[in-house]
Amino acid sequence: MNGRRVVVTGLGMVSPLGLNVEDSWGNILAGKSGVAPIDKFDASAYSTRFSASVKDFDPTPYMAAKDARKMDVFVQFGMAAGIQAMEDAGFEISDEMAPRVGCAIGSGIGGIGQIEKNTKIVEDSGPRRISPFFVPGSIINMIAGNLSVKYNMQGPNLAIVTACTSGTHNIGLAARLIAQGDADAMLAGGAEMATTPVGVGGFAAARALSTRNDDPEAASRPWDKDRDGFVLGDGAGVMLLEEYEAAKTRGAEIYAELTGFGMSGDAYHMTLPPEDGRGAAAAMANALRDSGLAADQINYVNAHGTSTPAGDVAESKAVASVLGAAASDVAVSSTKSMIGHLLGAAGAVEAIFSVLALRDQVAPPTINLDNPDEGCDLNYVPHTAQERRIHSALSNSFGFGGTNGSLIFSQLG
Amino acid sequence: MSNIEERVKKIVAEQLGVKEDEVQTEASFVEDLGADSLDTVELVMALEEEFETEIPDEEAEKITTVKLAIDYINENLA
Repeated sequence: MNGRRVVVTGLGMVSPLGLNVEDSWGNILAGKSGVAPIDKFDASAYSTRFSASVKDFDPTPYMAAKDARKMDVFVQFGMAAGIQAMEDAGFEISDEMAPRVGCAIGSGIGGIGQIEKNTKIVEDSGPRRISPFFVPGSIINMIAGNLSVKYNMQGPNLAIVTACTSGTHNIGLAARLIAQGDADAMLAGGAEMATTPVGVGGFAAARALSTRNDDPEAASRPWDKDRDGFVLGDGAGVMLLEEYEAAKTRGAEIYAELTGFGMSGDAYHMTLPPEDGRGAAAAMANALRDSGLAADQINYVNAHGTSTPAGDVAESKAVASVLGAAASDVAVSSTKSMIGHLLGAAGAVEAIFSVLALRDQVAPPTINLDNPDEGCDLNYVPHTAQERRIHSALSNSFGFGGTNGSLIFSQLG
Repeated sequence: MSNIEERVKKIVAEQLGVKEDEVQTEASFVEDLGADSLDTVELVMALEEEFETEIPDEEAEKITTVKLAIDYINENLA
């Protein structure tokens, strides 16, 4: 990456497989599924009746109950992940540093739960019953807003909204802000809580979701012949990024260096990728060029891998075309096989898994991959995690609208 | 303590996240109980719901203490 070096010094997560980073990661390495029948609302009329939802989340370790009541659950998830990342990093913001510390945390959908609730209130009881906290509790930039208030972060305050690439774009562009000198540290990531009646209904109507209602845990099966769509998931991932010299000076524990970021647009279709995966390939190639690494230094790819018929094949082609000969040796897995698709949080949670793959020198598995489909001929790490030498890990995200992003994390050299 | 006073204090405690015994009759929502302007809007909505009434905005703006809330309810509903 041009400019100052950027490192990862703190991680935070709320996922369908755990309420923190280490629980989630442990379950990922064990190949567990976080997918289960929907129990938060009556889904009996839906074509898809399961999701990868966060279980037993309690916001009160992170905020007062009266404040939690004012926020949509996606904001609560994002706050929790952000606070975890700050505590993990042991990062204290002095008054002097405050203008140089920022926050970039987005979401794909935002407060759809609050929108549904207040729409019903308006219809049933009239406009006077709308909560004054409806707007500040449901708009997408309120995670960044609330965290800036909590930690006195007076630097850039953003929430990039690019569907399922939101998490990746927030992290990548936050890193750019540090590299180019706009900030010295950024909290960055994404959050989502769209497994609501309208959220599930909307994705089901777009024919994007798996309908494997008789076996939810087997529903998310990237690259498998019998895949039939993605599984909607909830959660949040946030990481603290710091300028390398500053992190070193304060004695921070450094997980990894963020060495590359690339973006592209498909310019093709609202929801479908081009068959040859050229948009995905462009994002990966841009990230690789940005990192200055050789293709064979990318030893793990956390794929977008949503388990949709078109997307999985296109991404495989893209990996093969960008990595060339090195593609035959790279481990490519989709942690979405276990946690489903967290939309605007996906890229953030998966960036964290990529950092942890680097730390632990292990590629997490793709579960449910029993019979790789035609055109899917990479090492997808089926069923079981693989220990291996990982110099650098690449994480992909692609979103509706044809918006693509790739991040590369490397061991600190 | 009248029934209305108890009910008002209970709602104030719930809405503002404070203990019921901290809700003194003379307490100001903003200065003593930590409310901001949106909290007070929501508090008035909760009072409207509890007492099944509608408090006009120009009246609601004047309700800034626990006592003023109790007085308003007493005068308009008793």
